[in-house]
Amino acid sequence: MVRQMQELSDLIRQALADIQSANDVAGLDAVRVAYMGKKGELTQRLKKLGELPPEERPAAGQQINDAKQQISEQLAARKDVLEAADIERQLVTEAVDVTLAGRGQTLGARHPVSRAMSRIERIFQNAGFGIRSGPEIEDDFHNFTALNIPENHPARASHDTFYFPGGKLLRTHTSPVQIRSMVSEGVPIRIIAPGRVYRCDSDQTHTPMFHQVEGLVIDRDISFANLKAVLHQFIEQYFERKAELRFRPSYFPFTEPSAEVDLLWEQGKWLEILGCGMVHPNVLRNAGVDPEEFTGYAFGMGVERLAMLRYGVNDLRTFFDNDLRFLRQFV
Amino acid sequence: MKLAESWLREWTDPALSTEDLAHQLTMAGHEVDAVETTGEGLDGILVAEVIEVVPHPNADRLRVCKVEAGTGEQIDVVCGAPNVYAGMKSALATPGVCLPNGLKLRKTKIRGVESNGMLCSAIELGLGDESDGILELPANAPVGTAFGEYLQLPDSIIDVDLTPNRGDCFSVLGLAREVSALTGSALKSARVDEVAATIEDRYPIALTDSDACPRFVGRVIQGIDPAAKTPIWMVERLRRAGVRAIYPVVDITNYVMLELGQPLHAYDRSKLQGTIHPRFARQGEKVTLLDEREVQLSTDTLVIADDTGPVGLAGIMGGLSTAVEAKTCDIFLESAYFAGHAIAGRARSYGLHTDASQRFERGVDPSGQARAIERATELLLQISGGNAGPTCDVTEASGLPGQPEIVLRRQRLEKILGTQVPDAEVASIFAKLEIGLRETTDEGWTALPPAHRFDLAIEEDLVEEVARIHGYDRIPEITAIAETPLQPVTEKAVHDAEVAAILVARGYQEVITYSFIEEDLNEKFCGVRSPLLLSNPISSEMSVMRSSLLPGMARIAAANLARQQDRVRIFEIGKSFHGTLDSPSEIVRVAGLVVGTVMTEQWGLPAVNADFFDIKSDLVAVLAKAGSAADFEFKAADLEALQPGQSASILRNGIKVGQIGRLHPRLAKLVDITRPVMVFEIDAKQALRAYIPSAVSISKYPSVRRDLALIVDDAVSAADLTQAIAAVAPALIREVRIFDIYRGKGIEAGRKSVALGLILQETSRTLTDKDADAVVGATVAMLEQQFAAELRD
Repeated sequence: MVRQMQELSDLIRQALADIQSANDVAGLDAVRVAYMGKKGELTQRLKKLGELPPEERPAAGQQINDAKQQISEQLAARKDVLEAADIERQLVTEAVDVTLAGRGQTLGARHPVSRAMSRIERIFQNAGFGIRSGPEIEDDFHNFTALNIPENHPARASHDTFYFPGGKLLRTHTSPVQIRSMVSEGVPIRIIAPGRVYRCDSDQTHTPMFHQVEGLVIDRDISFANLKAVLHQFIEQYFERKAELRFRPSYFPFTEPSAEVDLLWEQGKWLEILGCGMVHPNVLRNAGVDPEEFTGYAFGMGVERLAMLRYGVNDLRTFFDNDLRFLRQFV
Repeated sequence: MKLAESWLREWTDPALSTEDLAHQLTMAGHEVDAVETTGEGLDGILVAEVIEVVPHPNADRLRVCKVEAGTGEQIDVVCGAPNVYAGMKSALATPGVCLPNGLKLRKTKIRGVESNGMLCSAIELGLGDESDGILELPANAPVGTAFGEYLQLPDSIIDVDLTPNRGDCFSVLGLAREVSALTGSALKSARVDEVAATIEDRYPIALTDSDACPRFVGRVIQGIDPAAKTPIWMVERLRRAGVRAIYPVVDITNYVMLELGQPLHAYDRSKLQGTIHPRFARQGEKVTLLDEREVQLSTDTLVIADDTGPVGLAGIMGGLSTAVEAKTCDIFLESAYFAGHAIAGRARSYGLHTDASQRFERGVDPSGQARAIERATELLLQISGGNAGPTCDVTEASGLPGQPEIVLRRQRLEKILGTQVPDAEVASIFAKLEIGLRETTDEGWTALPPAHRFDLAIEEDLVEEVARIHGYDRIPEITAIAETPLQPVTEKAVHDAEVAAILVARGYQEVITYSFIEEDLNEKFCGVRSPLLLSNPISSEMSVMRSSLLPGMARIAAANLARQQDRVRIFEIGKSFHGTLDSPSEIVRVAGLVVGTVMTEQWGLPAVNADFFDIKSDLVAVLAKAGSAADFEFKAADLEALQPGQSASILRNGIKVGQIGRLHPRLAKLVDITRPVMVFEIDAKQALRAYIPSAVSISKYPSVRRDLALIVDDAVSAADLTQAIAAVAPALIREVRIFDIYRGKGIEAGRKSVALGLILQETSRTLTDKDADAVVGATVAMLEQQFAAELRD
């Protein structure tokens, strides 16, 4: 009995050593088979229990079962360790170069003029302005006459208008939308009208097509002070910073008083950024609005100009060259 | 208008620096575009007198002059100018002095004779770009004075961008009046004394159209000295105003125009015949102008005529036949008032733009004609001598613009400006602007503008004047408190921004191309000649309104390919133009164009060139915002711009809303592209009308998939197959998917193998195999019958 116990504890020691020295799951399984398999050492011993005298069998059985239990636990523990190591090894082989570029489509971009335009639209929309549009091929009435620019008015000379045979023209500004909107919707009205406009002029600082955003607010009690406030706020929102503006008397046939607005830019330079004024009573009358009851303001801004300032573009013409290397910068 | 600061300061001299003066003008609505300094670098140059001129001993063309410059000492100067004479006054630079062009003078010997200075020409003094010798100064020029000081140099040339409504400021007097009003500095009187007549020559004048020309002031001056020269001070003032001096008669008319704002015209008295009268041109009349151009007159043009016919365009340019010349001795001076409406636009219609037309178009002071003619007479007699006849003022008072009284209501002033301007300030502003105050009541003011402020006609004009002088910067900023009803936000159309976002996410770059394009290219892309041809295009490349966005985009693609941009993926949202000249129509379109690989070159994907199906998926992604796949039909079609067999019309409910395909290689070649170009273009309004999603409950029962592989003729389209299959059991077939197409080995030529997946699902129960088998059976039967399909194993 004592000898048997001695043998069993040697066996356990040997088994535990074998478990520890197994280096992979297969080796470990071989160890398991060697001790616990059908022909394994411990299995053999259990089978040989019958050879013992009956009174010794329970104790000897108990000892072998304890040994089995102990070895099983060690086997399982070692297996966990070996499996974890296997996974580790597997993961190492699956490592990727995280600095390689992602796969698939790359982003395009909106045109900087559209980008500036939608920014302007959003700012005014948030203040309750509606967005209106009008035809680009206009008639003389809407582009000029209704805006208090009768035939042969000197202001026409500065408009460099593109004409079609028969008298239609390409609108020289977005102001005709003022008239169309007042006529179709009546007043009060609070709108902006973005769009393409055309002037027969092409040099370093002029392109024959460009974009404007017109603004129009008519109500019972709208003043020049309101105009100053809205434009100042607009410019500060657009540039996302405090801005110093200068309102300077000017002349537009469709507004009275009229002003040109300058923005204080780098190196103390004043930059002309938009024109505005109180809507001329003749314009209101032409749109069927009583100027005694209603007053209002209008403004017009060049989108290219604002886009150039916002995005550091220094040549107007690049907007229409559509060079992809230029456009890609506006993602 | 360009103007010398020194001239302006002669009229009013505020205690302001040049910069501040310019700022004041700008802030009062007369934007100063530029201030340029002229006449710098004249230090050390003196007014000198040539005492003696003797021939140079060793050179025929040179003379040796003794020159005195106020020191009492006579200096020897070798001079090559042909115009030098003893007693002449000129400008002398002595050794050590640096000329404006940088040349530093030294004592030199010229052909053996010592020269201790240089008599200077206008070019050397930086006062012009031509000269016929050394500068001649008037006999009364004070010898020894600094030359710069004598001519008020250096001086600033102020360039003012006048607004079209302020014709009254188109002169030294006009701007001085503004400066005086703004700064309170005293204004020199514009009064000119009458120059008494010394001869009795009255040239006959008749007014025929008092609406166009209600006042014509004329005067004969006889016996002027044709050899007289325009004095340097006048030449200089003209030069600083950007006007080149010619000879006294012309220079004086220009000078008076610049000074007082009234254009004048001088005729050669001997060339006029009969009565001079302004009238509208008659059909068929012609006149040869001063610039020697013969123009065919239209009947809306006001001319000055004598008994022989038109002798000039009134208020624009004189005629050649009666023009004064350098040798003219007897002249007839015209100082007329032409109504703005009779002149406006006419110069431009003859391709002209003159100082006179500019002023008459904007309006001149209707009371300033006599003053101008007196001033011109005074100057002419002074400079060229001669005898003046009486001033003949022929006026039809009824045709002169009236001076309307304007009522400015206090409440209106406040309502428009949003601020109160105190009564006393309003009155003071009126006084500064010479606006007469007829009456002040509780309501407001009754004002009478001065004659030169013909731009003031209505109450708002006075509001602007008050605001302008009060200062726009002193008007507060007040946020308007108004009802702002919510603006509509529609889901019934796909917005441009959404379209753009989808295309941008798919790698497209937005472009903006011109709305006009060359006529031929447009026609070749669209198959129709655009009727919308501009009368005055910038160039033939921009002569018609585009009928499609594609030709312009193709040009942009070509330009980018030429710049080594191998992959072009662009889109544009813009209008195309249709209809007729009488009734044009505009359609907002979305167009896309792709050349090159689907993706940018990358390590993880093969480089595949974009084909029909790549851009179709991009377009379908956009269309998906507007409707389901079933709403849009892609129908093979032969289209003008696209390659047959790779082009489709896009139909929505049977109406064509766009096209897609490969640009016809013939057109690609036209814009110098040799690679495949894939394009699409849709009508935004029609194609992107959206409907509001209406939710259907999702079946909680599992779906069943059955795959079929069949062989059909090549001509059988995917749409034909999927639609026919879906119709077999509309209640059960959720989706028909084509997951493979195969042509080639094992398949007869002209046929193709199509692999389909049918997704079946019931909403009320789980489908059984039996149900699915029944659908598949019916489908196969239908395919065999309708498409002569063979089932593959």
